[in-house]
Amino acid sequence: MKKIFFIFLFFIISFKNAYSLIKVDITRGNLDPLPIAISPLHVDSKSEKLSLFDTDKLGEEISKVIEQNFRSTGLFNPLKKDSFVQKPDIAHLKPRFEDWRLIKAQALITGKVLIKNKKLKVEFRLWDTIASKEMIALSFTTTPPNWRRVAHIISDKVYERLTGESGYFDTRIIYVSETGPKDRRIKKLGLMDQDGYNTKYLTLGNELVLTPRFNPTNQLVTYMSYFKNMPRVYLLDIETGIQEVVGSFPGMTFAPRFSPDGKKIIMSFAKDGNSDIYTMDLKTRIVEKITNHPSIDTSPSYSPDGKFICFNSDRSGVQQIYVMRSDGTQVKRITFGTGLYGTPVWSPRGDLIAFTKVRKGRFYIGVMRADGTGERLLTENFYQEAPSWSPNGRVLIFYRETKSGSKGEGFSAKLWSIDITGYNERQIKTETDASDPSWSSLLSK
Amino acid sequence: MSRSLFFSFFLHAFFIYLTALTLPFMLRNPIDLPPIVSVEFIEIRDETNIPYAPKARKIIEKVKKEKERVVSEQAPPADIAKEKPDRIPMPEDKKEKQELKKKKQNPEEIKPQIRQVSEFEKKELFDPNQIAALIDKAKEEQAETERKSEKLTQSNVKNSFAKGLSLSEEDALRAQIFGCWSVPLGLPFDEELLVRIKLKLKPDGTILKSEILDHARMNTPGQSFYRVLAESALRAIRICQPLKVPPTGYERWKNLQLNFDPTEMLKG
Repeated sequence: MKKIFFIFLFFIISFKNAYSLIKVDITRGNLDPLPIAISPLHVDSKSEKLSLFDTDKLGEEISKVIEQNFRSTGLFNPLKKDSFVQKPDIAHLKPRFEDWRLIKAQALITGKVLIKNKKLKVEFRLWDTIASKEMIALSFTTTPPNWRRVAHIISDKVYERLTGESGYFDTRIIYVSETGPKDRRIKKLGLMDQDGYNTKYLTLGNELVLTPRFNPTNQLVTYMSYFKNMPRVYLLDIETGIQEVVGSFPGMTFAPRFSPDGKKIIMSFAKDGNSDIYTMDLKTRIVEKITNHPSIDTSPSYSPDGKFICFNSDRSGVQQIYVMRSDGTQVKRITFGTGLYGTPVWSPRGDLIAFTKVRKGRFYIGVMRADGTGERLLTENFYQEAPSWSPNGRVLIFYRETKSGSKGEGFSAKLWSIDITGYNERQIKTETDASDPSWSSLLSK
Repeated sequence: MSRSLFFSFFLHAFFIYLTALTLPFMLRNPIDLPPIVSVEFIEIRDETNIPYAPKARKIIEKVKKEKERVVSEQAPPADIAKEKPDRIPMPEDKKEKQELKKKKQNPEEIKPQIRQVSEFEKKELFDPNQIAALIDKAKEEQAETERKSEKLTQSNVKNSFAKGLSLSEEDALRAQIFGCWSVPLGLPFDEELLVRIKLKLKPDGTILKSEILDHARMNTPGQSFYRVLAESALRAIRICQPLKVPPTGYERWKNLQLNFDPTEMLKG
């Protein structure tokens, strides 16, 4: 008995002096853009000279493209190159981390460029300057005129490594390029890199074009065009330029889009004076009616898994957004706010739906969860619509028109982008006025 | 009889006294403490968690130092002896071990392109000076643990009896890390975002060792955001060091766990 008592006493004494591990909860941090140093890429002295561009400055140009990409995200703060102490070639071999830490850089990109046998080889490394270690190192070989794309791919890899989500820099945007006075607009299909460079025009401008959309492989584009006042849905191969009429449909036809597997096109058109949603199988050309309601149903968009469709309809008396199964059953209204809701687009992540809202004569671009909850209006303006998602579901691109005078003076239409947090609203450079943008998926997957 | 009466009376009196003493306290309403809001400028009071008055403590420490010597000579603690590795691990050994592990797990997953690139990188990165630096670092760390382990004695443990950090100390530490932590912005809203990091600190608040407790999750497919989050937390700790820890009571806080969770912030 005594023994037990002493053992018990011993335990009590020893527990009294034992320390429990101190735990501190950190639930806040700063949301400032991450300071990143992008050192100019070092051009190897063995590089061949090319007549296309100044090869000596190629490394610097690539780093500028990367810098511009990161600045446009609003999540990174590329540091000024004047403050860099270490030379690019030495930094690429072994950075002096303390020097980079001194200028507050938390990440560092270095790289090397070599042109040999008319091939461009670009290698880069991403360094964690705080932990003094390499985070990622890759090299790419391509033809020299492709250097901008290499810069975009590097940006994507770095973005992915630093944020944990895939990037959206190696992508293209297709849009309707607009020139001429407001009442006699010439509309062509324009295709450009996401940063506004390498613009190509895919149509001549003799027909009115509307709502171009990429297919999942980015090879095909579907769009609408008016031929002798009859709306037609076209398919265009952007590499070969081959164009094909999918079908001409009576009455008002709107916004054809591909299904996530690329096998169908979904759109709305008016048959016997009633607008409903239809799908068309691209192989068999069989048209299937999805909604059957006397109201106007338009702007259909598939969920990324292809199981649901969101669309807008005025069946409640006011234009609102609805969700249904892809076979047209279980239709459910998801918006109940004041104003009109239109152009719903399902996010590639599947979690959000972007939309345009009109209230008291003002236009809003917003997002909400797929069940209609958590509505957030991101931007407000005189006239703006047609949001399209970046492939990672983080940024929206849309177009905005300015107010014009009675004769159309002062009118312009431009592309804009905004982060889903509502920050970082930016105008995207285009050669001409632009509308109806559509963002491709990543070209290098 | 009189004896049992006496005991009964004494015990009854004792219980009445106890009831009288505790009941009024029970009647009082619990105080509603407002949530603590941490601010950047925090004055850490000298008195918090100091076990004895400064003068008395000096005397006690003197006595304990003498005792400490005897204890450490007699029997060094067994668990600390385990911490000492037999020899300094060479970087080459480590590499071999890592490569072996990778091969065992799933060789199909390593893409040939990526492997080529990394091999190419390794060749270029080979630098004898760097390896030498690594060895030196390992030595330094080893020396540090040894020095510290000598200090760890029973008497020293007894020296401080306060447990945990005081609120002001905890807030000072938290506020410091808030400023250093750049939260990655691409994090998903509907995932578990808690990163637990265990730290071993030096007496000056610099980091001796840091360890991510859910390390396995960093390499789980589809959880790449977790790796990014964990790295950002580690970066924050490194940027912040030396951490703002109390000047006394090293034994109390030498092992510290920081739980990073940005969920509230992202939702808010």
